[in-house]
Parts: sequence; C-alpha cells; structure tokens
Amino acid sequence: LMGTAATLSADEDADLVINGDLEMIVRTEAPDHLDGHLDMIYSGWTFRSDETQAMQMDDFDNPAMLFVEQGIEIFNTAMGTEGNSCATCHETPENLSEVRAVYPQWDEERGEVQTITMQINECVTERMGAEALGWSSRDMVNLEALIASVGRGNVVNVAIDGPARETWEMGREIYYTEYGILEMSCATCHEQNYGNYIRADHLSQGQINGFPTYRLKNARLNSTHSRFRGCIRDTRAETFAEGSPEFIALELYVASRGNGLTVEGPSVRN
Amino acid sequence: MTRKLLFAAFFSVAATGLHADVIAPDDVAANEYGEVEVSLTGVSGDPARGEEVMTNRGLGNCIACHQVTALDDYPFHGEVGPTLDGAADRWTEAALRGMLVNADNIFPDSAMPSFYRVSGFVRPGNGYTGRAAEGPLEPILSAQQVEDVVAYLLTLTE
Ligand code: HEC
Ligand code: HEC
Ligand code: HEC
Repeated sequence: LMGTAATLSADEDADLVINGDLEMIVRTEAPDHLDGHLDMIYSGWTFRSDETQAMQMDDFDNPAMLFVEQGIEIFNTAMGTEGNSCATCHETPENLSEVRAVYPQWDEERGEVQTITMQINECVTERMGAEALGWSSRDMVNLEALIASVGRGNVVNVAIDGPARETWEMGREIYYTEYGILEMSCATCHEQNYGNYIRADHLSQGQINGFPTYRLKNARLNSTHSRFRGCIRDTRAETFAEGSPEFIALELYVASRGNGLTVEGPSVRN
Repeated sequence: MTRKLLFAAFFSVAATGLHADVIAPDDVAANEYGEVEVSLTGVSGDPARGEEVMTNRGLGNCIACHQVTALDDYPFHGEVGPTLDGAADRWTEAALRGMLVNADNIFPDSAMPSFYRVSGFVRPGNGYTGRAAEGPLEPILSAQQVEDVVAYLLTLTE
C-alpha cells in the first residue's frame, strides 16, 4: 500500500462474527460462473476501516438496526383497502428468512426476474390494495433491511440458469460496459482494482450481500440501486433509473457474483 | 447599444484569434505509435499550472489514480495506475501527449480516461449529475491544460 493513501487502515483478514455468535462468510472461492475473472470473493466489510468493521459486529453498535425496528413496525401495520398488514399473511419476519439469499429470482407467473423490492410491491398492490412504495423510499428500504436482517448468515445462492439466464447475461453485459466520459466499467473498479485506493476510497469488489447499507457518509440506509446510480454517475455518465430493467438485470448479475458469501445486511459502510 | 455591439464584435474576434492555432479534439493526429508530436496549442506548457491540473479533483484528478512523490503535499494518492515518479525518463513528450489526449493511443483497454476526446463514449453524462450530456461534449481538459500537464510530467525525472 502507498502510505499516502492509507489514512484509515483496514484489516482485510479479519473475520466477521455478529453478536458474538453469528459467523459470516466474508471470503470464499469465486463461483464458477465468474470464469476465473476472480479467484476469491470478498464481502465489502473486509475493506472497511477497523472502526467501521466493529460497528457491524454488534447489533447495538450497528446504526442500521434502528431501521430494522422501523421495518418491524411497518410489517405489523395494516395498509391499503384490504386491511392487511404483512403480518396478516406472513405472521413473523422470520418466516421470510430464506428470501434474501435467493433474490433476485425468476417469477414464473409474471415471466420476469423479480427483486425483493418488486416482490414486496406485488404484495402491497395486489394483496393489500395499497399504492406501490417508492423504489428507494424509506418504508421500502426499511422493510428490505428487516428481510435482510432475518436472513443474515444464509449463504447467497442466486439462480442464474433456466429462464433467468437472459436477464443475467444482460446484467453481465452492463457490468463490463465502460460508461461515461471517464470510460469505466464496474469491472474497472471492482474487479481489476479491488483492494486499491482510488483517491481516499478503498475499493471493494462491489458485492451486494451487505445491502441495504448504512453509510456513515449520508447517515441513512442505502438501496442497491441507489448505489449503482452513484457509481455510474461517478464515471460522468448518464445513469439508469432505479427499478429500470437495466438495474434489475445488473442486480441479478452482481448478486450472483456473491454466491457463496453470506447475507450480511443491513451492513455498515463509510 | 452601439458600445455593446462593438464589444461583442471585439470579443468574437479575440476568441477566434485565440483558438486559431488550437487543434480540436477530433483533429488531433497520432502517429503509428500513438504519439502526438505537435503541440495542441503552439504555446509551451506551464508546469506550475500543470501541477494544479494534476491535483485538482475537478480538472485532471490524476493523483486519484497515481502516486507522485513530488506532490506529497496533496493528500490521498491512489493506486489504480502506476507511480509517475520518473515518468519523464520512460516517456517522450510526444508519447505523454498521446496518452493524455486518448489513453487508447498508448494503452489499449486501460483504466485511464482520455482527457482530450469528445466522441465515442457510452451514455456520456452532464458532469457528475447522472443526467445525459446536452449539446456537443467538451473535453475533460482544454488543449492548453493538456500542454501544461505534459510540461509538468517532463519535470518528473529520477
Ligand atoms: C394477503 C396476503 C399477503 C400480504 C398482506 C403480504 N403478502 Fe407477501 N406474499 C404473499 C404470498 C401469497 C406470497 C407468495 C407469492 C409469490 O411467490 O409470488 C408472498 C410472497 C412474499 C415474499 C417472497 C417470499 C418468497 O419466499 O419468495 C416476500 C419477501 C413478501 N411476500 C413480503 C411481504 C411484505 C413485506 C408484505 C407487507 C408489506 C407482504 N408480503 C404482504 C401474501 C401476502
Ligand atoms: C470510478 C470507480 C467506480 C466504478 C466505475 C464503479 N464503482 Fe462501485 N464503488 C466505488 C467506490 C469508491 C465504492 C465505495 C468503496 C467500495 O465499497 O468499493 C463503491 C461501492 C460499490 C458498492 C457497495 C459495496 C459495499 O459492500 O458496500 C457496490 C454494490 C458497487 N460499488 C457496485 C458497482 C457497480 C455495479 C458498478 C458498475 C455499474 C460500479 N460499482 C462502478 C467506485 C466505483
Ligand atoms: C482512473 C484512473 C486514472 C486516472 C484518473 C489517470 N490515470 Fe494515468 N494511468 C492509469 C493507468 C491504469 C495507467 C497504466 C496504463 C496501462 O497499462 O493500462 C496509467 C498510466 C499513466 C502514465 C504512464 C505511466 C508510466 O510512467 O509508465 C502516465 C504518464 C499517466 N498515466 C499520466 C496521467 C495523468 C497526467 C493523469 C491526469 C491528467 C492521469 N494519468 C490520470 C490510470 C489513471
């Protein structure tokens, strides 16, 4: 490392155990479908400073857990014309603990890849008779934080074969496209340069197993698509919209690059 | 009214005069090695202004990716590109100009942006707004800024 860049050191070899007993897989062999582009995959947690890492090791220190509390409230509150809350049908958030590790997922009935956001809005509009929640609205991101939190420790295992394949390939195409006036792709920063500093930023592999993420920089929960937007904007490019087919495909592809890591959200990042 | 018109006429003449010797981005000619031998402006570069371009985030932001010992006073040098210490011992003026104008001239498939190009981009944006660029694109650096950076890089000997 260049001494000039490393103001806050990161312990890239640290292990993540949450609340003293929930062991996370923060590094493991890359899945075969990465075709040798990466040997190992790493959670974004491993690239953060010791202080930021520590915040995620205990739910009392993790600011994102406040939003999980708010998510529980929404989960139990009736909305819409049907008088249902999420709890009416799903009873407890723990019943949704398998969800985070396997989404986005092909939805047979709709004939499209669905993210958790889309699935929640399907329930909100079709089963509760309420207005769809905004893609990165507070209520939506809080519900996603809740669903991630009950899925922590499960191994990410997103399916990319069968009918999801076409969407996955579209996501891969986007991942390797150099966008903007700076002509940089996701791979430029997160595949070729993870572990390196770009200015003061320590680059991770851009994994999404930790989403939603609480960022110390903006002191709120951030959705996957808002992060994608920020990264594309930083190449001096016209971004895609949150919830666009491009970002849904990219989410499936990026999620699949993390197959083998554990669900870690809501996580803490700088 | 008359005075305003007079001024307008004066400035447009001055502007044209200034740009007369400047080679536009699409007109820059590189040789078979990707080098650009001719100055973009005919005005020799100023290394002090080049240093400003190298370190300013809104201009070249070169140290975002490169470590330069002579620029140690500026914080946060990145590691995406190699150190530029001794760059003048490794590269000719023409090669440095060539890579700044269009990184592909010297390094095909490089992470390094092209600083004096206005075409061939995918979804070019309007600065860092995330919105689409409007109208004709401006290069990241002006022709004279490129010359200033070349002059600065030529001071990096070991
Ligand atoms: C009236 C019943 C009902 C309500 C209310 C409801 N859901 Fe659902 N939910 C379902 C059904 C039925 C499915 C399975 C449908 C499917 O897979 O497409 C489902 C599926 C899901 C899934 C995906 C589960 C999986 O294993 O793939 C999630 C996540 C989810 N709901 C979240 C919510 C949230 C959050 C709320 C409240 C905002 C909510 N649901 C409200 C009935 C409901
Ligand atoms: C110009 C460099 C650059 C490019 C290009 C870039 N990113 Fe990033 N990205 C960053 C930086 C810097 C961060 C913050 C530090 C980190 O986690 O890597 C980041 C963070 C992320 C994160 C959060 C990771 C975590 O664990 O919190 C994700 C996800 C991500 N990027 C995805 C992408 C995707 C997808 C693309 C392409 C559409 C992309 N990035 C393009 C620089 C870039
Ligand atoms: C986003 C990253 C990035 C930025 C910004 C950047 N470069 Fe580079 N630069 C690189 C990379 C990567 C290389 C290595 C070329 C290769 O082999 O692909 C490089 C190579 C070079 C070299 C040749 C290095 C040597 O001595 O062998 C010089 C000189 C150079 N850059 C100058 C600059 C200047 C001047 C600026 C700003 C005006 C700049 N770079 C901005 C990434 C960058």
